[in-house]
Amino acid sequence: MNPWLRGGYLTAIYGFLYLPVAVLIAQSFNASKYGLTWGGFSFKWYAKLLDSAMLMEAAANSLLVAATSATFATIIGTLAALALFRYRFRGRSLVQGLVFVVMMQADIVMGIALLVLFVAIQLPLGFTTLLIAHTTVALPFVVVTVHARLAGFDPHLVEAARDLGCDEWQGFRRVVLPLAWPAVAAGWLLAFTLSLDDVIIAFFVTGPSFEVLPLKIYSMVRLGVKPEVNALSTVIVLFSLVLVLLAQWLLRRKE
Amino acid sequence: MKERSAFRNIAVGLVVIWLTLFALIPNLMVAVVSLLQRDERHFIAPTLSLESYARLLDPLYLNVFTDSLGLALLATLLCLLIAYPFAFILAQAPRRWRPLLLILVVIPFWTNSLIRAYAIKALITTGGVINSTLLHLGLIELPLELLYTQGAVVLGLVYVLLPFMVLPLYATIEKLDWRLIEAAADLGAGRSQRFLRVVLPLTAPGIVAGSLLVFLPALCLFYVSDLLGGARALLYGNFIKNQFLDARDWPFGAAASMLLTLAMLLLLALYRASARAVRQEAL
Repeated sequence: MNPWLRGGYLTAIYGFLYLPVAVLIAQSFNASKYGLTWGGFSFKWYAKLLDSAMLMEAAANSLLVAATSATFATIIGTLAALALFRYRFRGRSLVQGLVFVVMMQADIVMGIALLVLFVAIQLPLGFTTLLIAHTTVALPFVVVTVHARLAGFDPHLVEAARDLGCDEWQGFRRVVLPLAWPAVAAGWLLAFTLSLDDVIIAFFVTGPSFEVLPLKIYSMVRLGVKPEVNALSTVIVLFSLVLVLLAQWLLRRKE
Repeated sequence: MKERSAFRNIAVGLVVIWLTLFALIPNLMVAVVSLLQRDERHFIAPTLSLESYARLLDPLYLNVFTDSLGLALLATLLCLLIAYPFAFILAQAPRRWRPLLLILVVIPFWTNSLIRAYAIKALITTGGVINSTLLHLGLIELPLELLYTQGAVVLGLVYVLLPFMVLPLYATIEKLDWRLIEAAADLGAGRSQRFLRVVLPLTAPGIVAGSLLVFLPALCLFYVSDLLGGARALLYGNFIKNQFLDARDWPFGAAASMLLTLAMLLLLALYRASARAVRQEAL
């Protein structure tokens, strides 16, 4: 293929992926309320955001549940990845199968399934239920990320540590974690991002006592385009950009 | 050896318990609920019945399903047609550019898809950039009605889901053994034959994986339809959501979501079969 054609095609697709969000970001600094005209550069929509106690509370809730669920998912997921890497145990293929299926399962089905569970055990919808839901859906991503990193190592390293007198826990802490930590950290960041981005599962498993940002945005934008949402979106997009770049940098580090 | 098995039991036990409690059991509960009857006060009545599944076949609901299926297939096909050449060019790009080009696909993959759908809405709304630019240039006299159409929903789905198609395609194309294609050329295969009989079968796992990641969400992303389709284009996800939250008909909603689980398992089996076929051919 002609190199100009290749370059043109790449540019067109990257343009398609990035232009709508770029326009949104530009609009968030537009002083005019309607996108029709440029009313000058302004931070007023950002100021309006900071004034909204409701949005600030939802943002705090989102960050809280994202950080907690990412931590849970990282602990369980890292241990699971190690177990899959190091041990041959009964039910090993069941664990692998479950991890795969949960990763592929449609969000709406996971949301409904957990809603049915929470109603059945009469757990009120709120922080706890959302925490459980986000931990569950992020878990497979952590397992896969950490396992991919471990798969590149010689399994005998842990055996060597054990021959030198380490117990299993020390082998994990002194050999596996130092080798795998970039993937563990990247897994945490990805789990955090997943939680922050989720609309569908949160829609089913959280209640009015614990409102999160994506659901607030969802109810705000259903009806129309609002300049303060442009500002809010800009903040979120830039925030996840930092998280993703950090995760990618961690995963690409050479030893 | 005792502490070894203790550590092992914790590592294995945690994930097994967590996924059993919060993934396996809830999904089995949905299967059970789908076989029960509706109850006004307690959501479900403990009477076994296949009524919910029978109702899914009612033309009224069947139409919702087939319409959404059509939109999802169209979105998946468009993603595939756009992403396949794109992933190919990426895989053949100069080695030092590849990480950057790839990260530029990974970023939208991890960016909030509600916000990305909203960005499309802001772009094509009556007072949005596209309409105002066209009006300004004098190409149109009245704003185009782009928003709240089926086309807008398909555009939104393609926009949100395209990175999910590119990444698995790139992963298989990058691993492609070019010697096989040269061998086919040496044996006299023409351009189209090389593509149809060598490249396409070898990249089939990527095509299936990408389609799996695009097709299911394209049925389910109810907020894309809410934002861009208004009441006009209803996705299967909107329908399920309504059964649970508005109609409060849990058995019916559960039966509808069982169809999605079934579709997911079928596609997963298809993926495994295609990956196995490629592995065997390679041997």
